[in-house]
Amino acid sequence: MYEILTDIIGNQIVAYVIAAALPLFVFILPFALVAVLAERKVSAFMQDRLGPMRTGPYGLLQTVADILKLIQKEDIVASDTDKKLFNLAPILVFAGSYAAFAAIPFTSAYIGSSADVGIFFIIAISSLVVAGILMAGWASNNKYSLLGSMRSVAQIISYEIPAALVILTMVMLTGTLSLSEMTEMQTQYFWNWNIFGGAETGIVKILLIPFMLVGFIIFYISSLAEVNRTPFDIPEAESELVAGYHTEYSGMKFAMFFLAEYANMFAVSAIVVALFFGGYHSPFGYLGNAIGIDWLIPVEQLFWFTVKGTFFVIVQMWLRWTLPRLRVDQLMNVCWKYLIPYAFVNLIIVGILTLL
Amino acid sequence: MSLKTQEMVLNMGPQHPSTHGVLRLELELEGELILDVKPHIGYLHRCFEKHCEAMTYPQVIPYTDRMDYLAAMYNNFGYAVAVERMLGIEVPERVEYIRVIMGELQRIASHLVAIGTYGIDIGAFTPFLYCFRDREKILNLFEMTCGARLLYNYMWVGGLSHDIHPDFQRLTKEFIDYFKPQVKELNNLLSYNKIFIDRTADVGVLPLDTAINYGITGPNLRASGLKFDIRKDDPYSIYDRFDFDIPIGEGTHGTVGDCWDRYYIRVLEIEQSIRIIEQAIDNIPEGDVQSAIPKRIKPPKGTIYTRVENPKGELGYFIISDGSVNPWRVKVRAPSFVNLTVMGELCKGHLVADVIAILGSIDIVLGEIDR
Repeated sequence: MYEILTDIIGNQIVAYVIAAALPLFVFILPFALVAVLAERKVSAFMQDRLGPMRTGPYGLLQTVADILKLIQKEDIVASDTDKKLFNLAPILVFAGSYAAFAAIPFTSAYIGSSADVGIFFIIAISSLVVAGILMAGWASNNKYSLLGSMRSVAQIISYEIPAALVILTMVMLTGTLSLSEMTEMQTQYFWNWNIFGGAETGIVKILLIPFMLVGFIIFYISSLAEVNRTPFDIPEAESELVAGYHTEYSGMKFAMFFLAEYANMFAVSAIVVALFFGGYHSPFGYLGNAIGIDWLIPVEQLFWFTVKGTFFVIVQMWLRWTLPRLRVDQLMNVCWKYLIPYAFVNLIIVGILTLL
Repeated sequence: MSLKTQEMVLNMGPQHPSTHGVLRLELELEGELILDVKPHIGYLHRCFEKHCEAMTYPQVIPYTDRMDYLAAMYNNFGYAVAVERMLGIEVPERVEYIRVIMGELQRIASHLVAIGTYGIDIGAFTPFLYCFRDREKILNLFEMTCGARLLYNYMWVGGLSHDIHPDFQRLTKEFIDYFKPQVKELNNLLSYNKIFIDRTADVGVLPLDTAINYGITGPNLRASGLKFDIRKDDPYSIYDRFDFDIPIGEGTHGTVGDCWDRYYIRVLEIEQSIRIIEQAIDNIPEGDVQSAIPKRIKPPKGTIYTRVENPKGELGYFIISDGSVNPWRVKVRAPSFVNLTVMGELCKGHLVADVIAILGSIDIVLGEIDR
């Protein structure tokens, strides 16, 4: 990938910048646009209504219209806000959630940064979002925003622990911190996916399956909490805190929070897919291999990655429109009393099993 | 050196998504813990009671619509019963049956709004739309009957503004058949949801003696465990002819009188209302709905207090007549207003999120509180 770009452009640094920005412009931004519309359509179907129908055929241009509206809107900064932090916060949240995509392998041909510590990088960079949220809440000079951001920080930091423990489990199983290596180990057929015991063989593989399932559920739940989705959306609990930390934001700054949320949804799903569901690998061989066209394989891989990622995004939407919201103390109970102990037990058992 | 700490005062409302209108709650917080709640009302005051003094008796009816605008039929009902008792009018059977059916449909519609918005308060958006979808069907029935969907001006003193549509009975039965499974679906989706129960059980417990001391009525009182329903205990209209139960709170998932009980009572009451409608819908006698409407309404000098079981609680009309065509005074005992008074008592020691849960479970309508 870099070599081709360097050849075309002739400058290595520029080539790297372009390669890093590619997923953002080619994939994530369009995905966020589609996901916003999908969310509205999914919720509409679940709720016995049509959703947006007026903008474009079947309401397909609704998000475009929304974005155009948000760009035109006046950029309101309320009085007595901390202007610097107020302006910085959406950028930080946006950057934090988009930077996570750098280490996610979309296909075998493309990964923004195939660093050896990819998964570690993702955990670290997504914590940047916490700082952004806290800034937004504090700088807004609004009590609802402050309450929302305090809740959010407490929640995200707490739920990072079970998520990290599960990631640690997977790292132990695969023996690597790099997401692309982890994906490569789950190649060929779906029974090689980590959720089915990964590359282990024999009785160990079968014994691993229930613990992998538990690990997946713990990770998915804590990811939901990390991206503030229902039933863990208490930081922006509409009925309590109006809109939480982004109450005072309007126009493009609000759009940045909004897009970051949807990008986050996909990032979380992408990590789930890479950790447990074979990453970009097809569940049953490649057409490109069968008919002998090499360039078809990455295209197929991108397709499978998108399908799997979208599936978990839709599950998030499904949960959001079905479940009520937990209270802030119950949320902490779920994390500290259930998820963390189970994640620990899981870690130990998987550790023992991999040693066998 | 001692550090001084200060409680945070948070003004919730009048512009807030879940104060159910223009209520302002002044919360004194320590972190997220509630130390004190002061409700501020009056943002929607329209001088209903003063207006009535300048109106003739029938002219008051449209104003009663605008009190509890989610149960306008029942406000008409209560007022009509009060003035009829002053005048000593016997209302035709047909009118009584139609009134009971409309009243119970209105109770279902009002409870659906209560349940649906309570779902939103707790964070579940979908049940809200299911409830409104079903309420819409009731509103269609009302629209078919009297042309209005929210403020009906339907029940007049001594009669009704319109007779029912020829299709009304058939469509109402169709609605009942359609609606019964929906209640089950709602229960599965919301009432028995683990998260919903966690959020509402043992929250905002209202003990029976406190409830009685504060004068709480309606579903809120019954949720605390007292079998008190004016339809049974002080019957008006023809409610004594129908067979229905009074559901009371049992503390299924927590303590008797918690938010879940208050919520679930409304679901159970919807089922009882369906029973009443089923008994009444086929027995509507023939007749003229306007035959008993007096030409001139001029009650004799005196006072009357009449109460009916509004979806929110005891709706009382205290009317003083000086013998002229205008009422000298109309005082309304608004159930939402009385029920709201217990708010401060219930919220102490809970979290901010619980305030919303408690407020939603009391089910207030600001139009009635401020009048």
